[in-house]
Amino acid sequence: MAEFDPHLPRPVERLAPIVVVGLLAAVPPLAQVLGDPFLIKVATRVIVFAIAAVALNLVLGFAGMVSLLQAGLFGVGGYVVAIAAHHIFEAEPIGIAGLAWGGSADLALTLPLAAVVAGLMALVTGMVSLRTSGPYFLMITLAFDQMLYYGAVALQKYGGDDGLQILTPLTLAGWDVSNRWRFFYFALALLAVTLLVVGRLVGSRFGIVLRAAAENERRVAVSGIPPYPYRLAAFVVSGAVAGLAGGLLAAGQQFVSPADMHWVRSGDFVVMAVLGGLSTVWGPVVGAAAFVVLELLLSSWTQHWQLVFGLIIVAVVLSLRGGLADLVHLLGRSGGAR
Amino acid sequence: MIEQTLNGVQLGVMLFLMASGLTLVFGIMNFINLAHGSLYMAGAFTAAWIQNISGSFLLAIPAAILLTAALGVVFEVGLFRRFYARNHLDQVLVTFGIVLVANEATRMIFGPVPLRMPLPPLLAGSVEILPGLPYPTFRLVVLGVGLAVAGLLWVIVMRTRIGMWVRAGSSNRPIAAAMGVDVDRVFAALFAVGAALAGLAGLMAGPILAVQVGMGEPILILALVVTVIGGIGSIKGAFVAALMVGLVDTFGRVLLPPALGSMVIFLLMALILAFRPKGLFPVHG
Amino acid sequence: MTHMFRALSFAACFAALATAVSAQDAPIRIGFITTLSGPAGSIGQELADGFKLGLAKTGDTLGGRKVVVHYADDQAKPDIGRQHADKMVESDKVDILTGVNFSNVLLAIAKPVLDAGVLYVSTNAGPSQLAGKQCHPNFFAASFQNDTTSEAIGIHMQEKGIKDVYILAPNYPAGKDMVAGFKRYYKGAVVGEVYTAFNQLDYSAEIAQIRAAKPSAVFFFYPGGMGINFVKQYDQAGLKQQIPLYTGAFVVDQSVLPAMGDAAIGVNTATLWSEEFPNAASREFAAAFEKTYGRIPSPYAADSYDTVLMLDAAIRASAGRVDDKAALRRALEKADFASIRGHFRFNSNHFPIQDYYLTTVEKDGKGRLYNKLGERIVEGLKDSYATTCTMAP
Repeated sequence: MAEFDPHLPRPVERLAPIVVVGLLAAVPPLAQVLGDPFLIKVATRVIVFAIAAVALNLVLGFAGMVSLLQAGLFGVGGYVVAIAAHHIFEAEPIGIAGLAWGGSADLALTLPLAAVVAGLMALVTGMVSLRTSGPYFLMITLAFDQMLYYGAVALQKYGGDDGLQILTPLTLAGWDVSNRWRFFYFALALLAVTLLVVGRLVGSRFGIVLRAAAENERRVAVSGIPPYPYRLAAFVVSGAVAGLAGGLLAAGQQFVSPADMHWVRSGDFVVMAVLGGLSTVWGPVVGAAAFVVLELLLSSWTQHWQLVFGLIIVAVVLSLRGGLADLVHLLGRSGGAR
Repeated sequence: MIEQTLNGVQLGVMLFLMASGLTLVFGIMNFINLAHGSLYMAGAFTAAWIQNISGSFLLAIPAAILLTAALGVVFEVGLFRRFYARNHLDQVLVTFGIVLVANEATRMIFGPVPLRMPLPPLLAGSVEILPGLPYPTFRLVVLGVGLAVAGLLWVIVMRTRIGMWVRAGSSNRPIAAAMGVDVDRVFAALFAVGAALAGLAGLMAGPILAVQVGMGEPILILALVVTVIGGIGSIKGAFVAALMVGLVDTFGRVLLPPALGSMVIFLLMALILAFRPKGLFPVHG
Repeated sequence: MTHMFRALSFAACFAALATAVSAQDAPIRIGFITTLSGPAGSIGQELADGFKLGLAKTGDTLGGRKVVVHYADDQAKPDIGRQHADKMVESDKVDILTGVNFSNVLLAIAKPVLDAGVLYVSTNAGPSQLAGKQCHPNFFAASFQNDTTSEAIGIHMQEKGIKDVYILAPNYPAGKDMVAGFKRYYKGAVVGEVYTAFNQLDYSAEIAQIRAAKPSAVFFFYPGGMGINFVKQYDQAGLKQQIPLYTGAFVVDQSVLPAMGDAAIGVNTATLWSEEFPNAASREFAAAFEKTYGRIPSPYAADSYDTVLMLDAAIRASAGRVDDKAALRRALEKADFASIRGHFRFNSNHFPIQDYYLTTVEKDGKGRLYNKLGERIVEGLKDSYATTCTMAP
């Protein structure tokens, strides 16, 4: 968990997110030079997972609660975007509470909608889950995740376990985003905004209460601030951003499937956050990059890749308490000493 | 109806075997061990392997239990011991890493094809428990073993010093050490007991379920559900919750539509935790 | 001037020849995406082993050209499969993609791969979407259409005059497809139709319901570990002697039979290949597989091996030109090769027209379980989606 430190934004904390986003921004031109357009797709996937992991870290690293619901909310966002596009393709309006909506292939509309729906889900589940704490919180969020997962499997109309393909070209306020360069920079912009917003939140009074409550709940409660509404707000924001990321994934790969919502994927997000470092806002971006690239490289290199992957996780937890972000801090420290 | 109730109780007892080891380690050492499922897998694989080379089911029983206990000690001393003072997240992650390693190592040792684990003729058939109602003999054995383990644990918890610790919820290392207890050794022994219980569960599951790589995870999730519903660290809670989950799952599958039937256990857990945030029988104040 | 011109044209000819030669020299690149981890890892292993054995027979060549295969693990997750497919198409520049075992993974990767002009030749999954409305000139199923295996057992049970059945399948699209396929040909009474959770462990509740319903037979579809759980528990409940079990291919094959043990004896299957097939190509395959891997092959491995033979013949027929997709497609459509399944040809939707046989699990001379070959159930079974496929030229 993040150490309680009200003065979080140190120079390295301000600089690091800019460096991280800058490095990612350099990927498409680099891919062009290397003649390997696949790199852009990998980097897009990194960004999408990074958004969800950064959002998770608000709950995990700063509020100190291990949630396994992130993949479920991520998937809900994906389904919102895919279902809206599906109804356009099938030219069959969706009837909600007597109103008919024709669906939409415009991400300017469906992505915010994904965030809102996922945020509402987070609100309902969060109100119940946050009554518990510790391992109980972990398990109740797992239960909600599995309910969402089985719910998606039961969506026979939208493909059930086969998932749902997006067969309509998606736009962003009339702008075609099927071009992978455009889509990449659009996703990157959303990551930058996410980093900015989460950074601001963490540094604000809201973030201070959140972190203080993670450190010592009783002391915060005694000082007259009930942690519950703060935690709930963090949970909802985190869930809404996860929904946004899920919508982006669905739009990018043009399909969504219940497999995106399985609790193991939630575990992946936790691993990304931990791998990157829980005490920083930008650490999970590094974690997501390490996770996606490692998984891809290892699983095309050896059939026994999970053995190596498992050992890497054990080694990281054993040695780097602050994740990969620790490496940066260590380097920063030794550089400063000179 | 009688048959379905029996099915539910039998599934519950099976889950109790798994959950008891988990909740023991959780309650005393305050350690979440996701690799408990891997120990269960180790129990099933060892039993199947010994039975296949020796042809004896009887020999497979002690082999599976002893080997998983030994594995438990190796992991406890070599790795997990360093994590007792760490937070739950680190514990979850390190044991999750071990799950990945254990699955792949098992595949490398035993190959990709699931193992065979037949029952000896004596246990393979079924007995008529009521006129016109045959029931598999081995499931009755599982039922008996599960109840016996529950009884034994009950005695230990209520009558011994270790039981005192369990009831207290978690040990107080400094005080225990001051009283002259070799905490390291006791913890290793307790971990071995927890592992042996997982091994026993694996051994019991082997003839009923597929002995295959990754068999530990689905049952681990159910065992975690049971542990949490019962209240972490509570053997009594684990027993009650296991029977509850077994019965609800069995009847949910029979009576509810399939989509609802598969999530009914999770619904149950969410409901219980919403009203009892620390489970049915909370151990920690 | 003429001299100059001749020199130039000679150089041009030479250059053209050189590029032609280098294109012929460069190895054919194949991507093989399958599930190699988790409980379903045994299926991917069978597929990969069958494919490797096929390439061992052809000396790592297809149609006389060297072959490089990229293997990858999709972890049974659609998005991971898609990521590997993107990498193989864009980075590794594969000519042909194959290997996927789960329909949901295949559906996630098919469209972008096929639209990119890469051939997909399925060694296993054959979802109805790709056989019907979403059929594609670059897609070939060297395996089967998912429904056909249960259609075949439906035909058999109908012919045998079994008057009522109880149906069990997992609650996911392939399970529902299987039941739909079965009911397409079986017209007797269905006394119970139960869909269980995917990867369910305990079936005692369902088995108790079967006992109470007293059907003449049970049709079930539980691939992989689910099948092991169900068959063992069904046998222990003592029902196998009273109510016989019927299923489609891949449920009681050699990837699970050793684990089921004697509990599987007597289970009836409709299959497109059995380890007892008498044709020479099949015998050669079965013997080589057992020698190499120390186990009896399953139809998974058989289809995968057969895919290599099919590709080898088609690439040979198109003179090694895998870049000429139109010619390669025409060659594949002819399916002019010695299939280990005996009769094999393609329908208009690039899905097979093939024979189905009845097999029953028994013990062989060495005490091992195998699928004893019985009668031929149906000759040249076509899937029921081909009529809805309008193949773009």
